[in-house]
Amino acid sequence: MNTGPALVSILRQGSTLVASIHTALNDTEMVRFQQDLIRQIGEHRARGVIIDVAALDVLDSFASRTLRAVAEMARLRGASTVVVGIQPEVAYAMVELGTGGDALTTALDLEDGLALLADLGQSGPARG
Amino acid sequence: MAEDTQTGEDPSGVPATHLLPQLVAHLREHRARLSDEWASRIRDTHLLEAMTPQEMVAETTAVYDNYVEVLETGSVEALQHYARDLSERIIPRGVETHEVVGIVLLLRDVLARSLFEKYEGDFGLLNQVLDAYEPAANRIANTVAVSFVEERERVIRQQQDAIRELSTPVLPVRERLLILPIIGVLDSDRARQLTGQLLTGIRTHRAKVVVMDITGAPEVDETVANHLVRTVDASRLMGASVIITGLSPTIAQTLVTIGVDLSKMNTIGDLQGGLEEAERLLGYTVTRKEPSTSS
Repeated sequence: MNTGPALVSILRQGSTLVASIHTALNDTEMVRFQQDLIRQIGEHRARGVIIDVAALDVLDSFASRTLRAVAEMARLRGASTVVVGIQPEVAYAMVELGTGGDALTTALDLEDGLALLADLGQSGPARG
Repeated sequence: MAEDTQTGEDPSGVPATHLLPQLVAHLREHRARLSDEWASRIRDTHLLEAMTPQEMVAETTAVYDNYVEVLETGSVEALQHYARDLSERIIPRGVETHEVVGIVLLLRDVLARSLFEKYEGDFGLLNQVLDAYEPAANRIANTVAVSFVEERERVIRQQQDAIRELSTPVLPVRERLLILPIIGVLDSDRARQLTGQLLTGIRTHRAKVVVMDITGAPEVDETVANHLVRTVDASRLMGASVIITGLSPTIAQTLVTIGVDLSKMNTIGDLQGGLEEAERLLGYTVTRKEPSTSS
């Protein structure tokens, strides 16, 4: 399904999917990432999803909208989503442009994201 | 600067400049009397009260000599230097612009008065002397005032830089807990700098909770308040929650009155309470060690 080098890796760790975005994605690639991820949630029966954006120094409005959409879709498929590794400049730009979305659950890095998912798992049905 | 605009403005041309040496000689001759008179006029008008009498004598004599020298040479460079140097000394003592301009104008008047006296017999000559004297005197007043203001602006710029340097430290107090004390007026420049430092600090210290203490900030306007709200949101995107402490009564009233949406802000009365809440969020329990009771 991938042509060329992988721009996103989606790894399974227990009941959690870890998706790392390695480089800035254009809109088409973003949509493909969304489809891949949502499909794999079902395949792996994942309960949690971590999207690592640490490699990105820009997150445009389409990308942040897609992230919000992914979180919502994942919730419908029964998984909580945590976005991790948002860079300082990106965080401020997202808030400034109003694309941040209070809908996103975020954590500092992968480690914190996993810990957060573990907490969410304990407290019953999780929300994305 | 004044020196370019004023050269050649003297309408009477050659005959007037020809009188300048005579005028300078007169002012040199009566130096002691005139500078005394000037000093007493300064005292009468209550200018420069920040200075001691001795200092005043020293400065007035120096200004007088510089003044006469400018009349003689037509070059304001030395005076400029002196005025800047003088300003540097007197600005920290709270000498105001109007005082500096005032004393220079007083000297101008004192000297003009003495010229009237000297040439009162010959009205034509007096006119010519004044033609030579007035442009030069105005130029001197201009130079001194401009030098003073420039020096003051330099001091202000320097202080602004110093304030910016002081900036806002981001301090780790416990693992994953930062405090950010904000002291002094937050303008939008400082607010922006603060955001950058905080977000970078969150990443480097892997902070989960940040206590932002604004006890030391006298006021917050709408722009800055909105900036703070955005900073809190951005921190959340990086996985850190921000607790704001020390909102003064004034700031609390201002924020609600101007209608900044602070519903998402976690605020706690004082820094102590904020730290306790932060520790709770991070799962710390702080207990006081009972003093061991040795009998």
